[in-house]
Amino acid sequence: MAKAPSSSTFQLDFEQTILEIERQVSVLEERPDCETFREELETLRVTRDALIAKTYANLTPWQTVRVARHPGRPQTLDYVDMLCRDFCQLHGDRTFGDDPAIITAFTRIGPFKVLLIGHQKGRTTAERINCHFGCAHPEGYRKALLKMRLAEKFNLPIVTFIDTPGAYPGIGSEQRGQAEAIAVNLREMSRLRVPIVCIVIGEGGSGGALGIGVGDRVAMLEHSWYSVISPEGCAAILWKEANERTNSLAAQALALTAKHNLKNGLIDAVIREPHGGAHRDPKAASEAMQSWIVEQLGELTRIDRDTLVRLRYERFSRIGATGTSTST
Amino acid sequence: MAKQSWDTADAVATKRAVPDGLWTQCQACSETLFRKALETNLFVCPRCDYHMRISGRQRVLQMADPDTFEPMNEAVTPQDPLEFVDLKPYRERIIAAQKLTGENDAIQTGAAFIKGRRTILCCMDFTFLAGSMGSVVGEKLAAAIRRATELDLPLVVVACSGGARMQESGFSLMQMAKTSAALARFDDAGGLFISVLSDPTTGGVTASFAMLGDVILAEPRALIGFAGPRVIKQTIRQDLPEGFQTSEFLLKSGFVDRIVHRSNLRSEVSRLIDYAGK
Ligand SMILES: [Zn+2]
Repeated sequence: MAKAPSSSTFQLDFEQTILEIERQVSVLEERPDCETFREELETLRVTRDALIAKTYANLTPWQTVRVARHPGRPQTLDYVDMLCRDFCQLHGDRTFGDDPAIITAFTRIGPFKVLLIGHQKGRTTAERINCHFGCAHPEGYRKALLKMRLAEKFNLPIVTFIDTPGAYPGIGSEQRGQAEAIAVNLREMSRLRVPIVCIVIGEGGSGGALGIGVGDRVAMLEHSWYSVISPEGCAAILWKEANERTNSLAAQALALTAKHNLKNGLIDAVIREPHGGAHRDPKAASEAMQSWIVEQLGELTRIDRDTLVRLRYERFSRIGATGTSTST
Repeated sequence: MAKQSWDTADAVATKRAVPDGLWTQCQACSETLFRKALETNLFVCPRCDYHMRISGRQRVLQMADPDTFEPMNEAVTPQDPLEFVDLKPYRERIIAAQKLTGENDAIQTGAAFIKGRRTILCCMDFTFLAGSMGSVVGEKLAAAIRRATELDLPLVVVACSGGARMQESGFSLMQMAKTSAALARFDDAGGLFISVLSDPTTGGVTASFAMLGDVILAEPRALIGFAGPRVIKQTIRQDLPEGFQTSEFLLKSGFVDRIVHRSNLRSEVSRLIDYAGK
């Protein structure tokens, strides 16, 4: 299973000073006479922590997108290692194939037996290519629905981890009905008679994200993004070209951060990440996720099923910003 | 949708629906056509049979029995919840589109008779910001679906859209869930939903209500897909097969029930209503 590698080979430009201090700390720590540098080390650590706190408290939306895509950021299978017990993966859509970009499994989280569904991006180059970088094909969405029906049949709550730049745009995916697969998931998830909780753990790219994102409770990790289109896609169309400047403007305009989505009432909660992002302390991130999941499922499993489905329907029906013209 | 069919939305400025004026040119075969004659021919080119893009209002006129359309929620207008600004503020784009079309947003919804059968009819309007689905389209559609559910009337939606409306970001994304959830309830109640796909139907509209018809009809040679051709080409770095993402392609791959010529749409729809006993 994929393990979060050290992020030492990958640098975010706005983290350069932090990484430089982190490097100095590790150099000093490795010296046999490091005891003699205790004070210097302590100063460096304090400086580093302050800098991390300051940087991450003031990330721009575009910087947030880049943290969400950090190659060291934990992915679905990393969280599985940390917060799931007795993981029992279920493969295949029974029709076309098994899409590795969406993982489905029976597993245990806290006191609950659940069906887990999550996008998987892959870590190594080979894995990433195999998973299409977390861009699922129709068979991935159909596999997810098939297993969700199984969960409904056996009365298991559903937990989904969203982490995709978007559904895969290709010849095969169109031929096999990408749009239909997502559409059907939206319709069916809205009426499944078991609790559904969703967490955007990294990238929440549009319909590809929503295709496993229609839940009773939806949360985002603090440094993830969720929007109708990626900043680059938006920049390419509305600004006519995607570059560092327009991507940044698009990210800002799209209101794609967890904070913005919460403020706009599109999600229910923001799950705090450890200082410096989930990639610095995956365990802390997974603990925060686990306690949110367990809390939500504790509430949702007590709601009778008709009410549960009605509340989910109303949750999505409410969303929208419209006015009334007086001139008509 | 993530990097997809925005090229159609993008093309709105250059490729509008049939323009006003005495004469007009067919976009497919370049034939010069007398507008009045074209209108009687339902804006289908008499020479090459190209089905031109028409406004939502025009579509209503074509679909409904004369003077039977009773609009719903006409006064619902878009807002600018994110105060979105790209090269131009969204607010200005809305005002310009409203001026250009005389409409509040990109869909007409209402009750109508089609060949004497009472229906709820919704027609999207590509002339308004590429028919993109923002909160107004989502809300008007959801309301129409609810009305069809209450009255047990067949629902006919003619899709024509470049996808979700980027300027409403998450709000527009959630309209996909909202309309699909409303259709789930309509389905639970045994309602009949006939989805008609016209050129173009792409992105978040295809990936929600448009693909959820009990029966899905498509006009000939329409562009229908999830991702836009340009995005796909960029991703896979190869040319797309001939006829990719056309109605005919979808029929062959199993995602459309019937391809229907515009002149037969009314009779095909009423026939289906009769088969469903609605
Ligand atoms: Zn022609």
